[in-house]
Amino acid sequence: MNLTTALQLALRALWRNKTRAMLTTLGVVIGVGSVIAMLGIGSGAQQRIADQLASMGTNSLVVRPGSVTRGGVRTGAGGITSLTRADADAIAELPDVVAVAPSVRTTAQVRYRGTNWGTAIEGVTPDYVTVRSWQLAEGEFFTRRHILGASHVCVLGQTVARELFGLRSPLDESIVIKGLSCRVIGVLTEKGATAWGSDQDDAIFAPITTVQRKLEGITHIERIELVASDREASFRLIKEIKRLLRQRHRLREGQPDDFRMHNRAELAETSEESARVFTWLLGSIASVSLLVGGIGIMNIMLVSVTERTHEIGIRMALGARQRDILWQFLLEALVLSTAGGVLGIFLGLGGALAVARFSALPVTVTPVSVLVAFLFAGLVGVFFGLHPARKASQLRPIEALRYE
Amino acid sequence: MTAPLLQIHGLHKAYVLDGVTIQALRDIDLNVEPGEFVAIMGPSGSGKSTLMHILGCLDVPDTGSYQLNGQDITRMDGNQLAALRNREIGFVFQNFNLLPRTSALENVETPLIYAGIGKAERRQKARAALEHMALGERLYHLPNQLSGGQAQRVAIARALVTHPSLLLADEPTGNVDTATSAEIMALLDALNRQEGLTIVLITHEQEVAGHARRRLLLRDGRLELQT
Repeated sequence: MNLTTALQLALRALWRNKTRAMLTTLGVVIGVGSVIAMLGIGSGAQQRIADQLASMGTNSLVVRPGSVTRGGVRTGAGGITSLTRADADAIAELPDVVAVAPSVRTTAQVRYRGTNWGTAIEGVTPDYVTVRSWQLAEGEFFTRRHILGASHVCVLGQTVARELFGLRSPLDESIVIKGLSCRVIGVLTEKGATAWGSDQDDAIFAPITTVQRKLEGITHIERIELVASDREASFRLIKEIKRLLRQRHRLREGQPDDFRMHNRAELAETSEESARVFTWLLGSIASVSLLVGGIGIMNIMLVSVTERTHEIGIRMALGARQRDILWQFLLEALVLSTAGGVLGIFLGLGGALAVARFSALPVTVTPVSVLVAFLFAGLVGVFFGLHPARKASQLRPIEALRYE
Repeated sequence: MTAPLLQIHGLHKAYVLDGVTIQALRDIDLNVEPGEFVAIMGPSGSGKSTLMHILGCLDVPDTGSYQLNGQDITRMDGNQLAALRNREIGFVFQNFNLLPRTSALENVETPLIYAGIGKAERRQKARAALEHMALGERLYHLPNQLSGGQAQRVAIARALVTHPSLLLADEPTGNVDTATSAEIMALLDALNRQEGLTIVLITHEQEVAGHARRRLLLRDGRLELQT
């Protein structure tokens, strides 16, 4: 008996119990569908995290002043005001440092003609856009000359530009920040929300000196961001910067650091790892439903073998060999599982699209996940179909014939 | 003189039922020549079913020899027996044993599937066998849409479609009325006389056995010559 004939027999047998076959298949459809949809949601999340990490610059480090409010801790060189631009310049001298961006931050109610908007004011240096790998949509970013002169210029984030200027170009217009009139010389491209949900485009960027002297009246800085040449260098730089800053701030042995450091590479690895775990988790939960679908197949095939024992006896009397019977039942299980696999792919794609559409979650269905889910369904068919099929093929002819 | 189609010598078969060993067949000797029509009679419990299973190669004897068309079945495994049944034996059962929810045509095709015959030839042979049984109008009927007589004729068509050397009929008239019984026996008679088909018939009815040209009686597992 060749494969085509065996397949025809299997299809005919399934067709005789249409409802049962469809319900059995449904288990696999849901299983495969949920595996595909869940993996899609998982890798979508992974993709989004990867994108955000890339937009933050994954080789970057952040240095911040230590807290002054910690009870009992004697702060050394000035607590929250311990970091200076000289520290940033010293860090820039270290090997493997690509760019350094010191910054200060404040918030202000910004006015432009009749409208106003409350937003963050970031005092930064020209290297800021390099460190954040951020491009300009129009105009230009400020230069060293603006820093030296503490010029009254600023660059807008997309959200601010939209809120104050609508569709008009803000270039060369003047806005008022805490009573200081600043000329807009550029607008940044849209960066979107951070992984934690805050809008990165809702900010105004001005020369760090302008913000320090003319808006805040301070000399310290609140943050140093820097980019290392690669991830490994960023891990090594943590130690080197720590040594450097302790020395510069004249901290003695045993005194706590008056600054804190965050390594984005570390964060990146953690996030990527947790996204991977998340994907695996979703995938394995969905696999359980596929497994349940497989058990459904086995259940129905066992019922079917018992029900059709007499038929098996007749077939054996007519000359069916063990392997003919084995193949017939195995193929029935395989047809159920692969049909479930194919329909499940559509269900999974549909489910993924629906999730992508009705929630903000990005969904990426990869061909690999579709293939894996489908092969898994086939495997489930073989695994759970083999036992009933063997049971059928090993029946003794006279006992099967006598069975009513 | 040709060799016997069926040659049985010193055959024994026992089986265990509820812990009791039952000697179903004792020292059976039986030769059937090609073209013969033999009836094996016996009351229930005489071992008829067991003998029929062994003759039909559905079971093997404990001891003794059985040669069918020159082939020693006692040396065969399950797959060889299946192939032998497919090739050499056509079964006709008391309760027809048609595959349920399967058309007459597909029922008749089934042994040809296991013989490895291609679809077109299968269909054509099955159709011819059914037409031979005057069932040309019933090709696509399901077993439950057929009368007892029609169902048994489908079963005979299925038994003969592979051109077996032996037709084994187990109480072929047990489930039909008298008129249909006569019709089926007339059909078997004709197949034997006109086409030289070798038939072994198992029955407990004198009248049915009367159609055979040789009658044997099975009693307590021993075969006795009757006529």
